[in-house]
Amino acid sequence: MNNRKIAFLGLFVALAFVLSYIEYMLPLNIGIPGAKLGLANLVVMVALYTVGEKNAIALSIIRVVLVGLTFGNISMMMYSLAGAALSLCAMLIAKKIGKFSVTGVSVLGGVFHNIGQIIVAMLVLETQSLLYYLPFLMVIGTITGVLIGFVANLITVRVKGVFKM
Amino acid sequence: MKKNDVILIAVLLVAAVLTAVGMRIWQMNNTKDAAKVVVTIDGRVYGTYPLSEDRTEKIELPDGSYNILTISDGYADVTEASCPDQICVKHNHIKYSKESIVCLPNKVVVTVEGGEDNEIDGSTF
Repeated sequence: MNNRKIAFLGLFVALAFVLSYIEYMLPLNIGIPGAKLGLANLVVMVALYTVGEKNAIALSIIRVVLVGLTFGNISMMMYSLAGAALSLCAMLIAKKIGKFSVTGVSVLGGVFHNIGQIIVAMLVLETQSLLYYLPFLMVIGTITGVLIGFVANLITVRVKGVFKM
Repeated sequence: MKKNDVILIAVLLVAAVLTAVGMRIWQMNNTKDAAKVVVTIDGRVYGTYPLSEDRTEKIELPDGSYNILTISDGYADVTEASCPDQICVKHNHIKYSKESIVCLPNKVVVTVEGGEDNEIDGSTF
């Protein structure tokens, strides 16, 4: 890992942290538990395509722990960790397969983030009735995934340019 | 965006719509019994209230947080809560079987059981 990559990874952690905070202050409240904009996923996406998969995983874990310790509590950290882990797995697999562009990978990340959170919420609250939200969360995950993917693509092209210098 | 991305998005959206419609039909067909509203906190049943009677119930937790459940005109709704995100308050009112309102911070779940009996609802004495 060269110096430029290390510097960028630090920058990404800081960015993801700030974006999580912005999202915490501006929640997407439409009456559906687990619905999120997923702003921090934007940074994870860019990291995935610029500094590599291992670094993206590290970034994701550091972000969840930092945000959980700063703004939330243990149960909130569990929700986001489950969401982040499932979402990252889906994105890594989608990227490995190589059949999807940044948009497709981002959409899968968004959808699986919401699915992960719903699963944890179902386990914590011991109720299956939350499954009812799944289709709505899938639609929201798809829409936010398309938007995040679009922006991630714009940023990735430019950040890659910096690495080539 | 590649062609595969478009296919993926279409498949996800169609699957979501089909599941939503399917669940709605199931909920509407499971409306035989008299409707009840079951309130659970952290998985334990806190109280059961008939959906046919108008009432306001304050669901109080040991730590002082609360949710106010209002039942009126055959609908159950959370009208006030102490939680920071207020997702349960913003949630639409519910009346069909298995519909629920969830308050994650308070671990409160309000679920309709049995659904609404349309025949009784439509009759007058």
